[in-house]
Amino acid sequence: MTDKLSRAEQAREFGFETRQLHAGQRPDPNTGARAVPIFQTTSYVFEDPESAAAYFNLQEYGNTYSRIMNPTVAVFEERVANLEGGAGAVAFASGIAAQAAALFTLLQPGDHVVSSSALYGGTVNQLKHLLRKMSVELTWVDPDDPGAWREAVRPNTKAFFGETIGNPSGNVLDIETVAAIAHEHELPLIVDNTFATPYLCRPIEWGADIVIHSATKFIGGHGTSIGGVVVEAGTFDWSNGRFPVVADASPAYHGLRFHETFGMYGYLMKLRAETLRDLGGALSPFNAFLFLQGLETLSLRMDRHVENARAVAAFLDSHELASNVTYPGLPGNKYRPLVDKYLPRGAGAVFSFDCAGGRAGGQGLIGGLTLWSHLANVGDAKSLVIHPASTTHRQLGDEELRAAGVGPGTVRLSVGTESVEDLIWDLEQGFARVAATTGAASDAPSGAPSAAKGGEKVETA
Amino acid sequence: MTDPERYQDPLTIQRVLHATKTIAIVGLSNNELRASYFVGYYLKRHGYRVIPVNPREKEILGETSYPSLLDVPVPVDLVNVFRAPDALPAIAREAVEIKAGALWCQFGVINEEGARIAETGGVTVIMDRCLKIEHARYVGRMHWLGFNTRRITSVRAGLQ
Ligand SMILES: Cc1ncc(COP(=O)(O)O)c(C=O)c1O
Repeated sequence: MTDKLSRAEQAREFGFETRQLHAGQRPDPNTGARAVPIFQTTSYVFEDPESAAAYFNLQEYGNTYSRIMNPTVAVFEERVANLEGGAGAVAFASGIAAQAAALFTLLQPGDHVVSSSALYGGTVNQLKHLLRKMSVELTWVDPDDPGAWREAVRPNTKAFFGETIGNPSGNVLDIETVAAIAHEHELPLIVDNTFATPYLCRPIEWGADIVIHSATKFIGGHGTSIGGVVVEAGTFDWSNGRFPVVADASPAYHGLRFHETFGMYGYLMKLRAETLRDLGGALSPFNAFLFLQGLETLSLRMDRHVENARAVAAFLDSHELASNVTYPGLPGNKYRPLVDKYLPRGAGAVFSFDCAGGRAGGQGLIGGLTLWSHLANVGDAKSLVIHPASTTHRQLGDEELRAAGVGPGTVRLSVGTESVEDLIWDLEQGFARVAATTGAASDAPSGAPSAAKGGEKVETA
Repeated sequence: MTDPERYQDPLTIQRVLHATKTIAIVGLSNNELRASYFVGYYLKRHGYRVIPVNPREKEILGETSYPSLLDVPVPVDLVNVFRAPDALPAIAREAVEIKAGALWCQFGVINEEGARIAETGGVTVIMDRCLKIEHARYVGRMHWLGFNTRRITSVRAGLQ
């Protein structure tokens, strides 16, 4: 007994860089392995029938089946929960699956969700179509307008949803203000923190109740794996009368009242024991291992991503063939005060700009690049580029593109960790191609015209 | 104003978990879906002797239930409370009287007077914490379900 206590743990607030390496893991008790072992198994042998029953009844923490829990995945879940400052986390096979599960756990037919309209396109689709199939209503609001959030609330509203840094337009969410409005109405605020990562922003510290990540991006950091995770703060009162699906006796779990029985862990228990069990979409242990490798260097990579992004944004901001650079960290950007408050270490590394020459200009730029990778992802250590008008938004005409906030010449960048001079050298190669193929150089507006104006003017040129 | 953090010191919690063998649970329910039953069941599984204290029941979890702490015929190391906060002063007085080692008040069971009575009587107090969660955090398997145990250690764990 004394022996055990001689190494008992003190109350200490460990730093972020320590926790990104250690949280969630103790060296393996059986082997002493220092790295996190990959438990590549579907299932676990029970000690005896009574233990098996206790695990399935949630009376004891025990491994049953890897669709519901896995020891490698659990290290990843706890580490993200720790870095975000939440009560716990549940991992999923993708960011989209994580979002679906987080919402599914607290919604039922007839409910209503209020969401920021400045979101990743895949999330827009998910909220628009999936929620309708579940008979859940949705209101889009301008995330920058606090009054819009407040006015959108109805008696059947169950959640607010937004992104810390919107993809791709770079809106920065005023988390504290929006969380306060949600809480005035006894609603949880759900924040997708993918673009900021817990190193640059921890939404729970500003009042968010649920934080979601596409781990596919900066958490993994090397473009190897698809995955997602839901973190809950553990402070929301699910028994406030608005959330019978979380608080009442659950017909899907022999009458268990998750919030009453598990208290601050009630929502997370339900998310795992019911939603993950029933929707599937579990993260594989191998992908969890790769995400853990990514997390070990998260702060180091993010500092570098931010440093490079600032330099690339400044280069573009002063380039005559680029306009409307949406990096919220730029000195003149309208989100700068929110960046100073919520993202003091930097506004991430994903943003867009409008290339002179419209559609042809954007295509020309990408055609001229030999270092930036042309693909549909963000958050890789390698620099990535995409031209929405000829890829993800290809089916839209110029007018429709503009309505979606994307100009014909809009190019989205995810700035990697390469030598920044090489990134800028490559962009110059691209701009040389733009000038050669569209003759845009001489007509290009200098200064910073609006997206639509810049695009229109050059396109007619 | 009560400051429950005064009664949540991690070292004290670990010391109590390791020093305890017999736990009297005041307010233990016989309904297997209630939180207290989950906790009692869990503690029994982990080798603690659990003694129910509930005047409305004769037997819970296969153990005789006693009307009050004063009726428990064996020494009690830890008194674990699942009652309304204003019941705490009386329970604390009884805990002092039976010379319990520690008084553990579950989430929300916060009462300054009760804590003072116990402390003055030489009983260690832990307040606004769940005994099952703290056991699972330091001795058990809480991290298997992705909960944030906040533990950081390079010390190799024992066999589980
Ligand atoms: C901000 C944001 N949220 C969520 C997702 C969806 O994540 P996944 O692709 O892992 O399903 C993405 C993917 O691009 C994203 O950029």
